[in-house]
Amino acid sequence: MSDQGIDVSRRHFLTASATAVGAVGTGFAAVPFLSAMSPSAKARAAGAPVEVDISKLASGQRIVVKWRGKPVWILKRGEAALQSLANDEAQLRDPESNESKQPESSHNRYRSIKPEIFVAIGICTHLGCSPTFRPDIAPKDLGNDWQGGFFCPCHGSSFDYAGRVFQGVPAPTNLEIPPYVYLSDTRILVGKNEEGAA
Amino acid sequence: MGKKTDTILDWGNQRFPVTKVWDEHLAKYYAPKNFNFWWYFGSLSMLVLVLQIVTGIWLTMYYKPDAKMAFDSVEFIMRDVNWGWLIRYLHSTGASAFFIVVYLHMFRGLIYGSFKKPRELVWILGMFIFFCLMAEAFMGYLLPWGQMSFWGAQVIISLFSAIPYFGEDLTLWIRGDYVIADATLNRFFAFHVIAVPLAIVLLVFLHIVALHQVGSNNPDGIDIKKLKDHWTEVPLDGIPFHPFYSVKDLVGVAVFMIVFSIILFYMPDMGGYFLEHANFIPADPLQTPEHIAPVWYFTPYYAMLRAVPDKLGGVIVMGASIFVLFILPWLDRSKVKSIRYRGILTKGAVTTFVISFLVLGYLGTQPATPIAVTFARIFTCLYFAFFLLMPVYSKLDKTKPVPDRLTESSPMRVCPAIPCKFASALWQKFSTLSVYSKLKLIVDQVKAVLCKLDEFLFECYKTIAKVVKKQ
Repeated sequence: MSDQGIDVSRRHFLTASATAVGAVGTGFAAVPFLSAMSPSAKARAAGAPVEVDISKLASGQRIVVKWRGKPVWILKRGEAALQSLANDEAQLRDPESNESKQPESSHNRYRSIKPEIFVAIGICTHLGCSPTFRPDIAPKDLGNDWQGGFFCPCHGSSFDYAGRVFQGVPAPTNLEIPPYVYLSDTRILVGKNEEGAA
Repeated sequence: MGKKTDTILDWGNQRFPVTKVWDEHLAKYYAPKNFNFWWYFGSLSMLVLVLQIVTGIWLTMYYKPDAKMAFDSVEFIMRDVNWGWLIRYLHSTGASAFFIVVYLHMFRGLIYGSFKKPRELVWILGMFIFFCLMAEAFMGYLLPWGQMSFWGAQVIISLFSAIPYFGEDLTLWIRGDYVIADATLNRFFAFHVIAVPLAIVLLVFLHIVALHQVGSNNPDGIDIKKLKDHWTEVPLDGIPFHPFYSVKDLVGVAVFMIVFSIILFYMPDMGGYFLEHANFIPADPLQTPEHIAPVWYFTPYYAMLRAVPDKLGGVIVMGASIFVLFILPWLDRSKVKSIRYRGILTKGAVTTFVISFLVLGYLGTQPATPIAVTFARIFTCLYFAFFLLMPVYSKLDKTKPVPDRLTESSPMRVCPAIPCKFASALWQKFSTLSVYSKLKLIVDQVKAVLCKLDEFLFECYKTIAKVVKKQ
């Protein structure tokens, strides 16, 4: 191509502006494709609250229910378990739960509305495994100091009976507490707090 | 060739560069003549790629990418589809075989300096293929919708949540739901059967085009293009890829197929390493298996992830363990390519690296006990030390002088390599006799005279050619 008699700067301007407009157009065209990968309206609408009857829950027993596809634990803590929560705070990463997720009503030492009933999402805050319930005292694999709690088999994170994470393990924060309310003394509704659906 | 085929070929050549492509990439692609065992794995990778594509197409004929039907459809393939078990096991064993041949192929590049100038782009394109292969394997592993599929995907997708600010939203976007669900399975299916295979095939094409631009490396790390026959322009130490290496690679294929078939027919799950036991249980979002581990080819990186007692830190270390491979061409400061001409420092470093990789691979399959984590930390450090200290030790290392010609091309090496002990001893004796040295002197002189004559003739030819051209 000969550049003689041609206004090169005008040609450069046209090339640059056509490229810029094309890039913006491509950007806009990408939006539907990227957005289509986000949760669908149906997935967002799913996740109705789950009602759980806890009248038959014995002390030290844990049940698992499914809420929004995730395991939710309901554990009835005995006197010894509640006592251990007061003693282990020096070994915790976030004893006050200030860095962790929970509704305001559960922002306390027991991380629950009623101290004896513990409700938590059973998904490790590290990489999403479901930790195992380990009520045994001082088992071989967890050491002599183990007072009971939850242990994640995937990457070795450990949590106490209030789902508070211990120091020196990979999980960054305490287990998440879902919103829930007491419908009566023996029935709780997971997925709803005092103000309505979460 | 007959006249008819010639006419067809001419017809084709006028419309498509048939002969040109054939010559450039096969019949007149000159490869060094001393390829050893390690050079099989490139062509074997291509073979496995074809195997995976073919078996994959057949699996999609019966597989159902639906969270409610996926697990059962895989069992249906295994039990009720004619030869379904074979096609499925070919695909699952093929996945592990793919990583075995690719790891060996990469290790070849590492020890013989195939990543060094001028082959940096060949290496980087290869690394992109490796990266796509990992994505392909990861997404494929979700499809059977077993316990390991589910929880493995849960862990790997959660890795992205470690990214500050938008990590959580990113994981949501990847899953397409608040948990691993039908949406996740269906999109992984789309990526696994369309997007990533297309990318891999394209990258393999670019990898080979880039390789044929610069030429193949060899166990000596010598540039064979430096010394060419001045009449034919063919490298003195080169032989055409076809038929020499196309036929040689067939031997490699045969051996590979024997080993592959033994695994395929007698231990398709490889004792839980190729197909994990927990994956024969349908996915349960409420219960993580007691012990989860990725498939063996990811365990070294998984061990590094677990070695770091911090979420973001672990993810960074894991990412860096792959990224550091990309910049390998700029970490190595050695003057020579091949390990044959490198000193004790490099050899020691490579040994340390291999041990670290294998130990990390083993640790990644084991539960995260405190002792295992301590070992993982030590070997993670060694793994990174191999790369990060490379600019130092590769420069300090004492190298041996690299000859102009491939060592295997010297006739002196042929005779002592006689496999028979008696013949070898005879040769040893003969080579000490004075007759031998006199004979050798004469041969060398004749050779020198012939070379001179050849050069003279070539000069004459060039002069005549110039004159002819002018007229």
